[in-house]
Amino acid sequence: MNWIDTIAQGVLLGGLYALFAAGLSLVFGIMRLVNLAHGDLIVMGAYLILLVVSVTGINPFLAALIAMPLMFALGWGLQRVVLNRVLGPDILPPLLVTFGLSIVVQNVLLQGFSADSQRVGAGALETASVDLGVVTLGVMPLLTFASAIAVIVCLNWVFYRTSLGRAFRATSDDPVTASLMGIKPQGIFAMATGIAMIVVTIAALYLGMRANFDPTIGPARLIYAFEAVIIGGLGSLWGTLAGGVIIGVAQTLGAAINPEWQILAGHIAFLVVLLIRPRGLFPRAFD
Amino acid sequence: MTLLETRALTARYGDFQALFGVDIALQAGQTVAIIGANGAGKTTLMRSIAGVLRNAPEQVLFEGRSVGALPADEITALGIAMVPEGRRLFPSLSVEENLLIGAYGRKVQGHWGLEAVYGLFPILRERRLNPGTALSGGQQQMVAIGRALMSNPRVLLCDEISLGLAPVVIRDIYAALPRIKEAGASVVLVEQDIGQAMKVSDHVYCMMEGRVTLSGSPASLSRAAIHDAYFGAHA
Ligand SMILES: Nc1ncnc2c1ncn2[C@@H]1O[C@H](COP(=O)(O)OP(=O)(O)O)[C@@H](O)[C@H]1O
Ligand SMILES: [Mg+2]
Repeated sequence: MNWIDTIAQGVLLGGLYALFAAGLSLVFGIMRLVNLAHGDLIVMGAYLILLVVSVTGINPFLAALIAMPLMFALGWGLQRVVLNRVLGPDILPPLLVTFGLSIVVQNVLLQGFSADSQRVGAGALETASVDLGVVTLGVMPLLTFASAIAVIVCLNWVFYRTSLGRAFRATSDDPVTASLMGIKPQGIFAMATGIAMIVVTIAALYLGMRANFDPTIGPARLIYAFEAVIIGGLGSLWGTLAGGVIIGVAQTLGAAINPEWQILAGHIAFLVVLLIRPRGLFPRAFD
Repeated sequence: MTLLETRALTARYGDFQALFGVDIALQAGQTVAIIGANGAGKTTLMRSIAGVLRNAPEQVLFEGRSVGALPADEITALGIAMVPEGRRLFPSLSVEENLLIGAYGRKVQGHWGLEAVYGLFPILRERRLNPGTALSGGQQQMVAIGRALMSNPRVLLCDEISLGLAPVVIRDIYAALPRIKEAGASVVLVEQDIGQAMKVSDHVYCMMEGRVTLSGSPASLSRAAIHDAYFGAHA
């Protein structure tokens, strides 16, 4: 077994998990909302991309570009019409509502697309690889990882360098005082969920191109995303990437020892990190 | 001209009624002080005007318009800014970002911008990259005032800006008041320090248990009358 190769594959796999997790992390960081339908929304995004590809015949990357504004609008509306109404000091109502949403999305997808597993074809990209001497890396995993970094850089830029990002942070700190600045917290939350859905679309693109999917796989993606967010420290996007990488490396190492251990090894790594650092690797200074 | 007015303003927190028909008026260009003991309802009055607490529309009039039912973000956009009690800086934002966000909902041409606020409180320029909450109490209060000024408000509501500060610091902060007024804001000051309130205001309202118990120009109010209005007659 080639350790370097195994670890490199794991790191790149972490990029996919970071993509799954970034939207979750963003929404949690701004409004303390845990969206249990996050994984199902990723799967829904994959179906939307598949639909665009099969109707128009265009490249999946272009199809994702078309899906993004639709997903943004969906997230914006979802927050405005449903989630804003259940946000409050009690964390149970949003959990119940997003749990229900998860079931609704799964069943709508089952109705619309059947239980057959599907895949977004990416042509030659699927098997392309680059030989770096010590390791040979797939182009698709490399693209996934690069996209995760690009997403995090962009989100951090919005968060820390723009007026909207200031409003995100202020609203997260103290929504009442934020409203004294002329900020509408409900509108800010809708923007945040809309942006999270753009990230979901990017995650969906790679989910759909890298492996088969069917309407029921969302909750499993949600768990990886959760673990990445929590290992990284709630609200820290680079932490989320680190969390994704830890889970990815643990999974590929586990699989290299015994293929049955892949999933378990990821969960064990999660628990070990939590034991050592209960607040994650990069917790926010205050909460 | 009456810029801001409350008419028979009532406010409640659930079953608890905190204001029982409060009438105050602020003339353009003037400073009004609200004094009263802890729990009198001063902050509740400020929060009602600012739109944090919602009221019947005609209970708050701004430039003759009924604004009592508007939410805080719309009140801010109209030109009423508040320096909240306890300062309430955003801990995730630097000093400069705290100032910048003050202009988020109201971007009008006016005297106040980053440079003008740094001119008013030069120490803030030195601390501009620090987290707002890393500053001393007096400096934090300057940030809170600067943040409210960034929207170039017509009315500035200040809730106990001297609370917990040393006398020299209070003097520095009150020294900014004339320049704030020159730049076009009329001011409502909530103060526990009666002397301070009398010195800077054109009109004083004294509150007790959710009602205005005394009002008038500082010169017209005797110490004894204020004492009675503050603590209740014959207390
Ligand atoms: N959020 C709240 N919930 C319930 N009661 C409150 C709340 N805020 C203030 N009160 C009550 O309203 C009354 C007026 O409070 P407040 O306006 O803060 O007074 P002041 O600013 O003059 O000290 C007090 O009796 C206080 O206990
Ligand atoms: Mg008060």
